[in-house]
Amino acid sequence: MKKIEVLGTGCKKCVNTAEQIQSVAGELGIEVEVEKVTDPAAIMGYKVMSTPGVAIDGKLMHSGSVPDRGKIESMLKA
Amino acid sequence: MLDVFTWLADWLVYGLAGLDPASKLGSSLHFFVEDTTKIFALLVVMIYIIALARASLDLERVRHYIQQKHRLAGYGLGAGFGAITPFCSCSSIPLFLGFTSAGIPLGITMAFLFTSPIINEVAVIMLWSLLGWEFTLVYVVIGMAVGIGGGMILDLLKGERWLKDFAAKAYRQAAESPHGDEPTPEAPTLTLRDRHVFARDELKEIVGRIWKWVIIGVGLGAALHGFVPDGWFADNLGSGQWWNVPVAVLAGLPLYSNATAVIPVMESLILKGLPVGTTLAFCMSTVAASFPEFIMLKQVMQWRLLGIIFVILLANFMVVGWLINLLSPWLFSGILT
Repeated sequence: MKKIEVLGTGCKKCVNTAEQIQSVAGELGIEVEVEKVTDPAAIMGYKVMSTPGVAIDGKLMHSGSVPDRGKIESMLKA
Repeated sequence: MLDVFTWLADWLVYGLAGLDPASKLGSSLHFFVEDTTKIFALLVVMIYIIALARASLDLERVRHYIQQKHRLAGYGLGAGFGAITPFCSCSSIPLFLGFTSAGIPLGITMAFLFTSPIINEVAVIMLWSLLGWEFTLVYVVIGMAVGIGGGMILDLLKGERWLKDFAAKAYRQAAESPHGDEPTPEAPTLTLRDRHVFARDELKEIVGRIWKWVIIGVGLGAALHGFVPDGWFADNLGSGQWWNVPVAVLAGLPLYSNATAVIPVMESLILKGLPVGTTLAFCMSTVAASFPEFIMLKQVMQWRLLGIIFVILLANFMVVGWLINLLSPWLFSGILT
């Protein structure tokens, strides 16, 4: 079970990101728990400056855009 | 070259639709068709080209660059990067904390955030096509000045005292530990194809976000253009008494809008004889002092600091309005008469 955090202060892109990850994970049959992190202090903790960001099991994997499909797949398989 | 759009509007509105150029409807519709087609054509071309050029600009490198420079230069750089960095307002809090926790003074960070909504490529393209390059230049200089001035005043007041605790702590830690010797973040190596993909996505994203604002803005501008008689402002508001400017700033406050929607309105206001400084003050107030933005900043600031920032911004807009009204006989002698 991978714990996925989508970092962002709550804009539309962050919601998109969370949905995309959820659906790609579903197709690949990877079990995930997706959580949206909106607390500024927590986002600062990951040193993310442009949102949305994605952290998997506490490690920052992506930031600054809605990741495309290929990127999500490689993040989930990593 | 831009005459094409005037011809297009002539042909569509006066030719095909058969409207009278002297009628209110004809004149409004002509304005609308000419401006929307011109703006969209320019936006598509220019956004793409600009995005190609800045595909490799990222915030980590911008931050590192600002950190290296002297504090005084920092205000200018903060405002400058605020103008050119592609940046969505939902990132303002992470950006604020990213800068603050790197020990960048509050005033420099805020210079970035003040300037960012006022100046961006869309605003510049629209101003240029509607009001000419002299006006665009004045607008950019003013936007930078508002950012730089606002940031400096905040630091003079030691505004960082009123950050939320966690942000203030991050700032202190960074300021106490020596920095500046971190390696420069590596520039991403981009092929032409990568740049094209980036530019294409940017184009889609930006046009998708602003097209309705362009239509609303130009629509309002067109209505003003056709239905408000020339000289109405001078007759009803007086022509440039000192109190016009604060009234314009206050009137702009509740009208939260972005630069895209306001610029076509600005064109009409000026053509109808509202003094340029008063118009600019009104527009900056609608664009840069927005309540949603302020509510977001509340997450990292105490009320007191928010209040101070608000007052500084309003004061800056008024100064800009007065100054430009005073100088406009010299600044715009050739173009707006």
